[in-house]
Amino acid sequence: MADDEHRSPRSTGFDTLALHAGQRPDAATGARATPIYQSASFVFPDSDFAVGLFNIERAGHVYSRLSNPTNAVLEERISALEHGVAAIAVASGQAAMHLAVSTICSAGDHIVASRSLYGGTHNLLQYTLPRFGIETTFVDPRSPAAFGAAIRDNTRLVFGEILGNPGLEVLDVPAVAEVAHDADLPLLVDSTFATPYLCRPIDLGADLVFHSATKFLSGHGIVIGGLVIDGGTFDWEASGKFPTLTEPYEGFHDLVFAEEFGPQAFIVRARREGLRDFGACMSPTTAFHVLQGLETLPIRMDKHVANTREVVAFLEAHEAVESVSYPELPSHPDHDLSARLLPRGAGAVFSFDIKGGRDAGRTFIENLSIFSHLANVGDAKSLVIHPASTTHHRMDADALAAAGIGEGLVRLSIGLEDPRDLIGDLSRALRRAARATR
Amino acid sequence: MSGTRIQIDGRTVYVGNGSGHPDTDAESVVFVHGAGMDHTVWAFPARYFARQGLRVAAVDLPGHGRSEGPPFDRIDDMAAWLGEVLDALAMPAAAVVGHSMGSLVAYRFAASTTEGCRALALLGTSAPMPVTDPLMNAARDNHHAAIDMANTWSHSTGTLGANANPGVWMLAVGERLLERSAPGVFHADLTACNTFDANATDASIRCPTLVIVGSDDMMTPAKAGLDVAQSLPDAHLVRLEGCGHAMLSERPNEVLDALIGVVHT
Repeated sequence: MADDEHRSPRSTGFDTLALHAGQRPDAATGARATPIYQSASFVFPDSDFAVGLFNIERAGHVYSRLSNPTNAVLEERISALEHGVAAIAVASGQAAMHLAVSTICSAGDHIVASRSLYGGTHNLLQYTLPRFGIETTFVDPRSPAAFGAAIRDNTRLVFGEILGNPGLEVLDVPAVAEVAHDADLPLLVDSTFATPYLCRPIDLGADLVFHSATKFLSGHGIVIGGLVIDGGTFDWEASGKFPTLTEPYEGFHDLVFAEEFGPQAFIVRARREGLRDFGACMSPTTAFHVLQGLETLPIRMDKHVANTREVVAFLEAHEAVESVSYPELPSHPDHDLSARLLPRGAGAVFSFDIKGGRDAGRTFIENLSIFSHLANVGDAKSLVIHPASTTHHRMDADALAAAGIGEGLVRLSIGLEDPRDLIGDLSRALRRAARATR
Repeated sequence: MSGTRIQIDGRTVYVGNGSGHPDTDAESVVFVHGAGMDHTVWAFPARYFARQGLRVAAVDLPGHGRSEGPPFDRIDDMAAWLGEVLDALAMPAAAVVGHSMGSLVAYRFAASTTEGCRALALLGTSAPMPVTDPLMNAARDNHHAAIDMANTWSHSTGTLGANANPGVWMLAVGERLLERSAPGVFHADLTACNTFDANATDASIRCPTLVIVGSDDMMTPAKAGLDVAQSLPDAHLVRLEGCGHAMLSERPNEVLDALIGVVHT
């Protein structure tokens, strides 16, 4: 029978999942919105049920460090949106990265990572994890072969950001996943800049995904949070490299996670060890705020991208601008890859170099009035930052250059304002920067 | 604690034990998964009964999970194989629990023995268990549409979630399990369901039987499960309102509560 003669049932659309996945009206009160279950603990019906919850025989909640009903809605919803089997909500994007790494890596292990990373992630991999015996080799995110060449016998994870920070290198997820899988390793992707609306890395071959939910997912710059999603795709047993998932765990009565939980092995261990012992849980109030953001994610991302395209076009034509780096531009090295992996848009964060270098950049930023100068992206409001003096300030000039960051590079996060007002604000600031450095 | 690996007819068979440390003379409970699945669907009840001190055998049918193939394409063959497994494990008079295709295996096994099955639980069952042509054809061609059909129809229309198991998107769990099946396995399973002869042996089942149906089950409608229960002399029916075929995912606690009664019979 020809391939096109088989037809799958239509699955629930993304926009519907963003509003409904993981939640039904509250059975006790009829509340339509997800209630905030601001409770540390949950009453056991009886002692046997309590033991069942602790021993993973029962579904339910014990203590909000391990799980919480509000958080569970968020976790299930992001799982649905990312096409993963399960997720865990944690205290921050950094906590999400740490939980992913610590669930499968131990002292003596090695990670191969893109060298174009968020500064906080770079700090974790470059400086902090080595103190715990986990080393990282950083490679060119545009070279899948470089990822492969850096893999050692003790490598346990391949990692990159879907859109590099701040250079916006597009990670060729299918190609890098193939390299990782050829070495029996999982690929972890930080998909913060794309959100599942613009890209679903698991569908492209990634095995694990994490987000800083602080950014576009919550979307309003009001909370700090992170999410780890397990695709359920990686065969930990076949790999033979992951004893935390395939050998008896003394910390849970010799449970062998891969044997008992199959495609959920990673996420069950992450919850039963990582959340239990490291404790970086998300507040249920934060989960509520992220859920409100997720409900409007599709329309917000469309607007973020539309505004970004207008601003990018304006800047690219401006005489005071040296260059603009946005993957949708034909001049960007990843233009074709972006069109293939991010067809709905390459996000709303990009960078440009202003003529006049560091002084012009400083004058420009100080003369903006609608754009806010701060250390964040993915807010409903437009934001601006100078990476060399903020997020990447620990990196010396050589390291900055290796990460593709010029000293005069300015990063913008385009919000949801009227794009004419954003362009007017940028125009005034560029004019004053040019005048000041003339 | 790792499960057990035994040899049946020269092939490795994996048997999950729910991390139990039972006495060798403890009572036994056996779990048989459905089409395209493996023993991991029984994680919660397997762990529960293991903690209660029962000997747990959550089998991977041939060609599924960690058991070597090839798969069977007849329920009778699966039931006979199950008897060999229980003999090898020295598990007489087990409570036998099956879901979907596994319920047919349990049903046939119970009908084939007078002492080998002290209690029976049939979850999401139907006898016969016809399979639609589009699903059969897609499975025959190892097309992903077969997985999508089975997975979609196995969950209730309330599959937008609110899963009792925190953070789990059960649709993707079901999809991943089916994707793990080797080519041909799912089709063999569906063939076994589709050709099951419901009239062969039901009158000989005498043990206490639990039948669990989901009111929103699109694969094995609740009415079909009710018919199975009514055909048996000592059957108890539990109907889960709003629940689909994948009841182990959709209603893990209610399923376990129902099983406790019959397994401890």
